Amino acid sequence: MKRWLPSPWLSLVLFLTWLLLNQTVHPAHLLLGGLLAIGIPVLARPLRPLVPTPLRNPGALLRLAVMSFIEIVRSCFNVSGIILFGGKAGVNSQFIRIPLDLRDPYGLALLSCLINSTPGTVWVEILPDSDELALHVFDLHDEQWWVDTIKTRYEGPIMEIFEGGRR
Amino acid sequence: MSAAADLPVWAAVIVAALLVLGGAIVLIGALGLMRLPNFYQRIHGPAITVTLGAGCLLVASMVYFSVLQERPVIHELIISVFILMTAPVVAMLIMRAAVYRDLRARRHDTGAVSGNVYRFPDEE
Repeated sequence: MKRWLPSPWLSLVLFLTWLLLNQTVHPAHLLLGGLLAIGIPVLARPLRPLVPTPLRNPGALLRLAVMSFIEIVRSCFNVSGIILFGGKAGVNSQFIRIPLDLRDPYGLALLSCLINSTPGTVWVEILPDSDELALHVFDLHDEQWWVDTIKTRYEGPIMEIFEGGRR
Repeated sequence: MSAAADLPVWAAVIVAALLVLGGAIVLIGALGLMRLPNFYQRIHGPAITVTLGAGCLLVASMVYFSVLQERPVIHELIISVFILMTAPVVAMLIMRAAVYRDLRARRHDTGAVSGNVYRFPDEE
């Protein structure tokens, strides 16, 4: 079981992707999709050097997705407003540092995707030799507000999901 | 496009509203790319295009074809998943490249050192 189905979630996603791409539930495609869903993770395993972290809290993942979606839509309108109506001198774009407690590489990947998908913030990097994230904020008013927001709204739930909530 | 005439009114209203909203957001994103003064601000323009702009257009497409063909057409979801998985990686790479390029070239007018997170190599 473990050998032929190393990551069942990845297999499930691949299977569903195949069916969606072909827009069918025809038995032939079920079979082909099933073969791909089993074959690709086995063949691609050497490309994933890190042991996949089991999801500890799928409910938190769902809440995080909903919250991020609302945040993305809200930020979209904020950024649009600034582009349309903000004067050239009015935008205070800055880099800020955010100390992170999250260590799980998959968690960090998820965090970076969420932050970069949200308009108005771009993840630059984790600063070398530190645990601090360099983040570029499009229109900065209050640095502490950003630190608190990232830590409580994003980092906390992600730690619950991947590290079982230890803080 | 003659099939569009067969679309019921409620669906036509939803599709049109989503297309107008999505198109407007893509336009605003492009305006941002054109109007904002420096690179670190311009990178935030396309971010609204790839999230809400593309999202609205894809949902419009889903509604349009689902209603016309009278079956759920949801394979546009894959496009949004692929966008949300790839666009952040690109933004991160471009951003880091820009920061280190400006630091090495000691360009003081680009905003690379705003916020004192990054410093020019000779000032450390």
